[in-house]
Amino acid sequence: MSSSLSEKIFRTILGAFGVFIVLLMFSVAIFLTVGAWPVIRHGLSDFVQTQTWNPVNGQFGALAVLFGTLVSSSIAIAIAAPLGVGAAIFLKELAPARVASVFSFLIEMLAAVPSVIFGLWGFFVLAPAIRDHVAPIFYPLGEYVPIFRGPSYGVGILTAGVVLALMILPTMAAIVREIFSAVPQHQREAALGLGSTRWEAVRVAVLAPSKPGILSAAVLATARALGETMAVTMVIGNRNAVSLSLFDPGQSMASLIANEYAEASDSRHIAALMAVGLLLLVISLVVNAVARIIAKRSAAKWK
Amino acid sequence: MKVVCALGSSLVSLVVSAPALAAASLSGAGATFPAPLYSRWISDFEKVNPETKLNYQPIGSGGGIKQFIDGTVDFGGTDAPMTDEQIAKVKGNVLHVPTALGAVVFTFNVAGVQKPLNLTPETACGIAMGKISTWNDKRLLSLNAGVTLPSAPLTFVHRSDGSGTSAIFTDYLSKVCPEWKDKVGSGTAVNWPVGLGGKGNDGVSGLIKQTPNSIGYVELVFAEKNKLPVAALKNKAGKIVSPSTNSVTQAFADSVAKLPSDFRMSITDADGAASYPISGITYLLVRKNMSKEVGVPLVKFIKWGLRDGQKICPSLSYAQLPAEVVSRVEKALNVIELK
Repeated sequence: MSSSLSEKIFRTILGAFGVFIVLLMFSVAIFLTVGAWPVIRHGLSDFVQTQTWNPVNGQFGALAVLFGTLVSSSIAIAIAAPLGVGAAIFLKELAPARVASVFSFLIEMLAAVPSVIFGLWGFFVLAPAIRDHVAPIFYPLGEYVPIFRGPSYGVGILTAGVVLALMILPTMAAIVREIFSAVPQHQREAALGLGSTRWEAVRVAVLAPSKPGILSAAVLATARALGETMAVTMVIGNRNAVSLSLFDPGQSMASLIANEYAEASDSRHIAALMAVGLLLLVISLVVNAVARIIAKRSAAKWK
Repeated sequence: MKVVCALGSSLVSLVVSAPALAAASLSGAGATFPAPLYSRWISDFEKVNPETKLNYQPIGSGGGIKQFIDGTVDFGGTDAPMTDEQIAKVKGNVLHVPTALGAVVFTFNVAGVQKPLNLTPETACGIAMGKISTWNDKRLLSLNAGVTLPSAPLTFVHRSDGSGTSAIFTDYLSKVCPEWKDKVGSGTAVNWPVGLGGKGNDGVSGLIKQTPNSIGYVELVFAEKNKLPVAALKNKAGKIVSPSTNSVTQAFADSVAKLPSDFRMSITDADGAASYPISGITYLLVRKNMSKEVGVPLVKFIKWGLRDGQKICPSLSYAQLPAEVVSRVEKALNVIELK
């Protein structure tokens, strides 16, 4: 009797915890929607298609920050995905156990570095390096291809993308390594037994079945890049404009909110910042949902 | 025994002093610009008035006005006076108390240039509008004879966060530059035509240090503390004036004739041969109707700030209020009604 009672209490308490988290999620969404209402009342399409962000005359469009967020995050994942997969292959398939454990530890340490440190490094080391050494290589190309058009100020979309890549690399590498661990050992042995080389065995027996997992790892890592604020503010150049060149300064959604919310006193300005927050929340949720769906499908396939 | 005695007496003193302490604990919030000055004022004031405890949270002018309107603080702090709309929200129950002056200065990073540069309203406008895009522009060269300016492109750096500093800077540009007024306007955050954005004074000065041949603006206090190179600016009277606490005080002194009774005024582009043109007033916001518990110590603190506090200003690179303003503000404090 008493044990079933305690069971019940235990269940109720844990249930309340679960409900609390769901409520929290909903309350954030509701708070943002209510706050953003004056701006999104007439539909989001105008808001996401206008580039001008002008607090003085109350004209607010999120196209520039949407563009900045998506492009910098895409650069980040384009760099972090191959690096992360490569690192995971090395750690799981090639490196001796002792080396692998040391390297894994170091990569996980990278995930513990506060984002402001990445920002400082990006600002003082990476930005000047890109301006003085990387960008000039592409200037001749820039005459024909607008994405390489100079000049580079150091800070800009590309710099933000590279800093983000380093920040999400540990996430990418750690998840992919776990996925490789789930590949049965006999599959590798079978591939080797059939006379394949090391690389062929990795490709056929490990990489191929891990594809959906790698994809969902990449999506999860991208989700982390989308919302990063501090490091991005420091290196993106904070310019609310859409520019095709990777060397030009830009602005991200999270960075815009962090920059302007403290001094926003006009109600329309606050509503516009809330609308940007809502947009960021929706994008993050969609990205996470995509990762879930991919992971679920692959799990079903392997059962 | 001794220990017990000491414990007993300290308990007694705790009990006795507790109500007095609670009665005189004041909280304020607002502008970040005067925060170092206020914290010094508070610590000096508390030394002579130990019964009063003050607390000032530097959350930004916008936040300070918001909290003042909501009534969550006893006093607010702001670099830009409240708008008519905001004053209507508190039904006119607010007094703007000027406490100190600040200025916005151009700072730059040009290879080989150590001397202060000279700028005019037209060149300031040209730089911020993106119309002056190289350092060897004729307009800059003619102002700075004897300085070797490179042919390199000029990069403008501005604040990316909403700030009173940007408000003063854009207010000035709106006055001296018709094109700026039409296309951009003034405010804590604006739609900048060109340039890179840095967060905070340190973000802007960091970007300038990192970016060769760049120029931007920061607070005078920040520039002096960090010994940044600054530019002198031609004022309304046509004189080139270096930014300093004196030339900022002068800008207010030269505008005193126009000072309205509620003290809400812009002192950018002031008349007078010795005034620095990008200057601004920082205010404390207090209610005209207050309880005695809040009002008595708060008015005492403000009066202290207007007298003793002013003397501290220059040592922290804040400009003092002109003497005439101090006496007018002291008179204005009489309208405060304590219940």
